[in-house]
Amino acid sequence: MNRIWLFGDDVDTDQIIPGRYSPYMTSEDALVQHAFIEHRPDFAPNVRPGDVIVAGSNFGCGSSREYAPRALQKCGIAAIIAPSFARIFFRNAINLGIPLFVADLTQQVSDGQAAHLDPADACLTTLDGCIELPRPPAFVQQIQAEGGIVAYYQRYHRFPEEQTPHTW
Amino acid sequence: MAQTLSEQILSHAAGREVRAGDLAVVEVGRAMTIDSIAPELIDVLYEQLHVTQLPHPERCAIFVDHVAPASNLPTAQGQVRARRFAQAQGIHAFYDVGRGICHQLMIEEHLVQPGTVAVGSDSHSTTYGAIAAFGTGMGTTDVALAFATGRTWLRVPETVRVDLSGDLAPQVDAKDIVLRLLSLVRADGFTYQAVEFHGATSLSLSSRMTLCSMTTEMGAKAGIVVPDAVTRQHAPVPDWLEVQDGAVYQDVITLDLSDIEPLVACPPRVDSVVPARQLAGVHVDQVYLGTCTNGRLQDLHAAAAILDGRHIAAGVRMIVVPASHAVLQAATEDGTLARLLSAGATIGPPGCGACIGRHMGVLGSGEVCFSTGNRNFAGRMGAPDALIYLGSAQVAAATALRGVITDPRAID
Repeated sequence: MNRIWLFGDDVDTDQIIPGRYSPYMTSEDALVQHAFIEHRPDFAPNVRPGDVIVAGSNFGCGSSREYAPRALQKCGIAAIIAPSFARIFFRNAINLGIPLFVADLTQQVSDGQAAHLDPADACLTTLDGCIELPRPPAFVQQIQAEGGIVAYYQRYHRFPEEQTPHTW
Repeated sequence: MAQTLSEQILSHAAGREVRAGDLAVVEVGRAMTIDSIAPELIDVLYEQLHVTQLPHPERCAIFVDHVAPASNLPTAQGQVRARRFAQAQGIHAFYDVGRGICHQLMIEEHLVQPGTVAVGSDSHSTTYGAIAAFGTGMGTTDVALAFATGRTWLRVPETVRVDLSGDLAPQVDAKDIVLRLLSLVRADGFTYQAVEFHGATSLSLSSRMTLCSMTTEMGAKAGIVVPDAVTRQHAPVPDWLEVQDGAVYQDVITLDLSDIEPLVACPPRVDSVVPARQLAGVHVDQVYLGTCTNGRLQDLHAAAAILDGRHIAAGVRMIVVPASHAVLQAATEDGTLARLLSAGATIGPPGCGACIGRHMGVLGSGEVCFSTGNRNFAGRMGAPDALIYLGSAQVAAATALRGVITDPRAID
């Protein structure tokens, strides 16, 4: 089993990775060591591929730095579950192919709790059973199925476009 | 059917009528990146998208502003790559060290036009709404795709209308308007939405840039000021871009500018806003006057007027970083710089400076900074336990003078 990393509301990108630790200031290889380096120093040394981040509202607010979701991806985070995401982070994560689920589980799970998530099943499995997660809109699923927007664009030679309004 | 300004601009750029909630593929009038993102953007273009020649280099721009001049070897190498890339791709809108902050130059150099879509790999790209453009921040991959295709895709946002009325009192700034708005709607209040400012006719272009820049701190996708004579003085506004009766707004917020007083956002949240007078006596180590939010000539003038003939407090350092070379030059020529220097301030080269905590004013453990910037997150400007208070140039100057946070109205 993997584990849950629980965070509060308004986790900003400076918390995920401070600008001073950007690849531009250091190196791309160092990114994985610097995830949450100041906000949660126990994260980078202990995170394992397949772990899940559960957070409060407005996750990823602040800067447009794509190396914030990229750092979490390089740590092997299986998915991020939050009741809302800041819009640039949301796009960046989808573009990189990181599974995001819009749901508030902050009262249902605890930090360090054993859990497993298979994004394809949209189910967070803990020792208490399965917590079903709402699936993202179809166009998001399509991008994620390709592994990100670059792969999507290379396959379809176009951007996602829908004329029917939808909400998330 | 009537449309909001965002719907009008995005429909025009999409070549079809789009509404809030639609996904739209739009022509990008200008895509821009910066020194800190350019190296990874170049990697996405060359290594992932296998682009050899950009289709529209005339619609791209690159700015060396985030660490300018370079502070260490990795940043210097990154800038070398950005320069070579611009040259190889024929990107003439390349602005090197000292030219200024990307958002300031996008408007100052007329790189973005009213009624067009501009995307930038920096979250404060919402600034372009000051001239009635749809400006929005995106990540590396999205901007790389805009470089590669001249287009981008987005969900057409719902719009919240903010109706401004009345006039600002003396020593009250556009920064205070936007801090007031932040305190009302909070840091995620406009997530996925566009903000449309009505009744801003008394505000200068510089003030409008302050307003629109900070809309991203409320999660907004874009912040647009209704175009008027001030906009037209800067650039032509397309005839089709106008407020339409019956446009659907998700919400309407009214703000009487005459009710607003000097405000400060307390660390570590941008929406933790209190009147400056309530913080009277809070000691500061550093005052930072600059950034894309408040580093313009108008801000330097406001600070100089307060500091004139006086000297900043002992134990305080005041760093002034003009938003662009043109601002620096104008402040030199009209004597503003001399007034700031006489008061004990020092001047940094135009750029993002210490705002992102990378150089030229990084805060040590336990230090307190009063900044005219846009973010006060823990660790933003240096040590995670350093504190950042945000406010206008007027509050910054009054604070530098006294060494403690000071309401500028308390200065004779």
